[in-house]
Amino acid sequence: MSTFQSARSIAASVSTGESSAVDIVSEHLARIEEREEEVHAFNLVLHDEALQSAERVDERIAAGEHVGPLAGVPIALKDNLCTRGIPTTCSSNILDGWRPPYDATVVARLADAGAVFVGKTNLDEFAMGSSTENSAFGPTRNPLDTSRVPGGSSGGSAAAVAAGFSAMSLGSDTGGSIRQPAALCGVVGVKPTYGAVSRLGLIAFASSLDQIGPFTHDVADAALLLECMAGHDPGDSTSIPQSFPSLSESLDRGVAGLRIGRIVDLPSGADADVVASVDRAFEVLADAGAEIIDVTIPAFTYGLTAYYLIAPAEASSNLARYDGVRFGSRVEAADTNSMYMATRGEGFGPEVKRRIMLGTYALSAGYYDAYYGKALKVRRLMAQDFATAYESVDALVTPASPSVAFPFGSKTSDPLAMYLCDTYTIPSNLIGHPAMSVPFGAGENDLPIGVQVLAPAMGEPTMFAVAAELERSAGGNHV
Amino acid sequence: MTDSLKRVSEQIDRGAVERVAKLARLELSDAELDEATTRLAGMMAHFADIDALDLDDVEPMTQPYELVNVLRDDVPLETLDHDEVLAAAPDASDGRFGVPPILGLDL
Amino acid sequence: MSDSATWTHEGFEMVVGLEVHVELATETKLFSGSPNRFGDDPNTNIDPVSLGLPGALPVLNRQAVELAMRIGLALNCTVQSCTFARKNYFYPDMPKAYQISQYDRPLNIDGHLEIADGIVIGVERAHLEEDTGKSTHIGGSGRIHGSEGSLIDFNRAGVPLVEIVSRPDIRTPEQARQYVNELRAILVEIGASDARMEEGSMRVDANVSVRRPGEEFGTRCEIKNVNSVRSLGRAIDYEARRQVALISDSEVIQQETRHWDEGDGRTHTLRTKEDADDYRYFPDPDLVPLDPGDEWINTVRSQLPMLPAARRVRLAEVTGQAVDSEAIATVVERRQDDYVVAVAEIGGGAERVLVHVKEAFSEQGSEPSVPAADLAALVAMEVGGELTSTQTKTLLGDLVEQGGGDPKAMAAARGFEAMDTSELDGFVDDAIAADPDAWSKFCAGDGKAMGALVGHVMKASRGQADGKAVTAILNSRKG
Repeated sequence: MSTFQSARSIAASVSTGESSAVDIVSEHLARIEEREEEVHAFNLVLHDEALQSAERVDERIAAGEHVGPLAGVPIALKDNLCTRGIPTTCSSNILDGWRPPYDATVVARLADAGAVFVGKTNLDEFAMGSSTENSAFGPTRNPLDTSRVPGGSSGGSAAAVAAGFSAMSLGSDTGGSIRQPAALCGVVGVKPTYGAVSRLGLIAFASSLDQIGPFTHDVADAALLLECMAGHDPGDSTSIPQSFPSLSESLDRGVAGLRIGRIVDLPSGADADVVASVDRAFEVLADAGAEIIDVTIPAFTYGLTAYYLIAPAEASSNLARYDGVRFGSRVEAADTNSMYMATRGEGFGPEVKRRIMLGTYALSAGYYDAYYGKALKVRRLMAQDFATAYESVDALVTPASPSVAFPFGSKTSDPLAMYLCDTYTIPSNLIGHPAMSVPFGAGENDLPIGVQVLAPAMGEPTMFAVAAELERSAGGNHV
Repeated sequence: MTDSLKRVSEQIDRGAVERVAKLARLELSDAELDEATTRLAGMMAHFADIDALDLDDVEPMTQPYELVNVLRDDVPLETLDHDEVLAAAPDASDGRFGVPPILGLDL
Repeated sequence: MSDSATWTHEGFEMVVGLEVHVELATETKLFSGSPNRFGDDPNTNIDPVSLGLPGALPVLNRQAVELAMRIGLALNCTVQSCTFARKNYFYPDMPKAYQISQYDRPLNIDGHLEIADGIVIGVERAHLEEDTGKSTHIGGSGRIHGSEGSLIDFNRAGVPLVEIVSRPDIRTPEQARQYVNELRAILVEIGASDARMEEGSMRVDANVSVRRPGEEFGTRCEIKNVNSVRSLGRAIDYEARRQVALISDSEVIQQETRHWDEGDGRTHTLRTKEDADDYRYFPDPDLVPLDPGDEWINTVRSQLPMLPAARRVRLAEVTGQAVDSEAIATVVERRQDDYVVAVAEIGGGAERVLVHVKEAFSEQGSEPSVPAADLAALVAMEVGGELTSTQTKTLLGDLVEQGGGDPKAMAAARGFEAMDTSELDGFVDDAIAADPDAWSKFCAGDGKAMGALVGHVMKASRGQADGKAVTAILNSRKG
């Protein structure tokens, strides 16, 4: 589906000197120049910095140095990833202009791999949302249809890849914030196993749910980016100690002999065209030699509730540090307490404030057991149900988003309607399993549909095998 | 909706929301407080589905990937650059972060 | 001796529990690698975790756990698997607006500490938590009240603390002082902390209530800002009396936190319970559980040094002195008991060794410069009657000044020779002849007259005569 050059191809030609990184990056910058005003994928375009970076890559290659597997690849970073000396805002007024004094681990790893950062992308404020309409700096528009949302919260990162502004981008996924926008923008989006990619330097929304992951044109590029980023980080206590499995062999493995689950008690609510796509996905996989097995996951349906208690609770604590004392914006007042109230009242947008209050309430004295405590138990229940399912299957397939990209404003009046966008993506976050969205089919107005593949923890090889097969059948473009 | 949850969603009145806003140090306008009250009450009602579950025998799950004993050696690592950090401060003086009088925190 | 026996006031007794915060002697902070160092320029020992910057993540310091376990085991606690919790509240010196502490499952529980007279104070728990930054108040004579603002230094933020919570078993101010002194001695002995109240590396808060003996516990107040052991006794005494006065006036004790003012000798309201925050404790999702395991626990336990209480018992046995005597307490506190035992083992009166070390070795550290053999030799001479006590003291001073020496040679060098009886008789004859008036008064029963005669002998013998021997001769001549 993508007509843009893959990152693999870029890195290969830059590494051999066949193409110059400067040319590649200039090409991408030109596309940004042409459409960014319309799409608004970025909070900040790193025009000059990107060209300088690209120059250095070319110099090093000319000097015979090995630059890395992402040599010269233009990459966009979600603006909740810390980049030293470069403004990092989480699309919030409270962090407007803040320059982190350190780089996120993933940023450092990608830089080491030779990547060139072209900009910081727009998001729903503090990653809270499913449409990027909650950004304090204006929404991002879906490049495929600018009257519609790109999804969220990583809308800018998804749009950047879809519009060819970058060959790859990084997003973060707490309840579906990579997979859902990937589905809506027709690109590949992956949420890895919790702990596979270091969270150090990712500005936290919900600590036990957040993961950083790739947006790419195709499945093979996603495998490449993930391999470059994943792996133990001693600076993150939740980082998995074991080495991350290699993924490249999985891409051509096919699905022969794999058992793929269809969840029969999946919550309804997906549009007909989405359901049809998923059905066809099962057919395609069966034709390719997989065994399709029905499974039940009774706790699946409680995912939304558990998520909308756990995530805001953790967020209410994670966002307490935005108090105007050490960094970010401050509203002056006669005393510190008033300063806190005014700074946070003014600096946070309405959705962020709503979730902080919800989370604060869920944790407060007298309510902990009924809300947060109970949600943690539902999480265990869900993990148990998935474990049972995985006794009989190797992977699962579901819709990623219940609908194709929706028009601006169509879900903003009822937050619950917006929250339902995450119905199918949330469980993977709760239990820390990997999941990814692959473009497969189209719906109304030819808008892309994403099919979600799920696997058990550290089951990325299987997940990528299934995704690659779906991509092949959908006519995916390997350049 | 179970009785207990009904009681709770009835408890989400404006007073409760004001207390929560204060705990979270969020200054809200009257309109914002009204809207928050409606929203919170609505969400609480939505949580009725798990309220009905009997989870007495289920252990809470704080983290999805359950590691134990992640420790670090007691050796110094690189510190941040003092000037870079203070440059980001809304108010800095004498190498330290300035705040208005602390009294008023009801401490 | 202690006057810890009882404290009563108008028929009430005091019920006191102490919360002691101890700064651990680690190289780096509890959850990050910044130096744990006092006195550096403000905001130089900082990192993203200490400052609560967005994207920062904590990683637990192994040595802090080791020291915390030493404390627990030295206090006879059970060491168990444990978790970390967030304690959420806003204060400018709290960089994350939450403190990482331990709540549901602390590292050490159910211990005890024995103080004088066999009294045992229960220790409920001893858990790990991080310290806050330090605020300096501008204007308003350095106090919060009336200040123009405050300046915050985060060097101390994140320093490892162990909070030791006693059970409310303390019943007198003296017991409270003993508890703190003994605790301090233990902390220093095991190398966990230098535990100096005046420097803030040990901080003590007291929970005080009163009741008529046998009745239920009364409402308690927490007393803060006690900066010395002496203040602790005074503050507890004042507070208990204050509460008794209120009850006697039929007034209700408000459960509150009060501030001890050393200047006016009173406690003052700091905050009431209604103002108290709801801390919304929940398990910190950025940290994983800590399960030290039997092997580590047993290793720490086996490596614990002999604790002060055991040292006092040993020294008392070796020297034949009462275990709660001041000499024993002083020498053990100076950690010179090993030395005394070593000297006593070589030979020489252990009791005299103790006295000499107590009196002459106050400037010496735990490893005195005087070789044990030298002191043993000196004491042997003293006990054998070869030296008078005055002479012994002189030579002791010489030994200390010179860092050792051969007492026999030194005695000879100073011309200290034991005088035989006939020489002494001669001097006594001369004295009687020289002052017949004093002699007749002495014979008539005037003890003071002896002084003149002895003085005569001392002068004539140039101080070499043994005063005791002279007195004995005079008494026997008197008949």
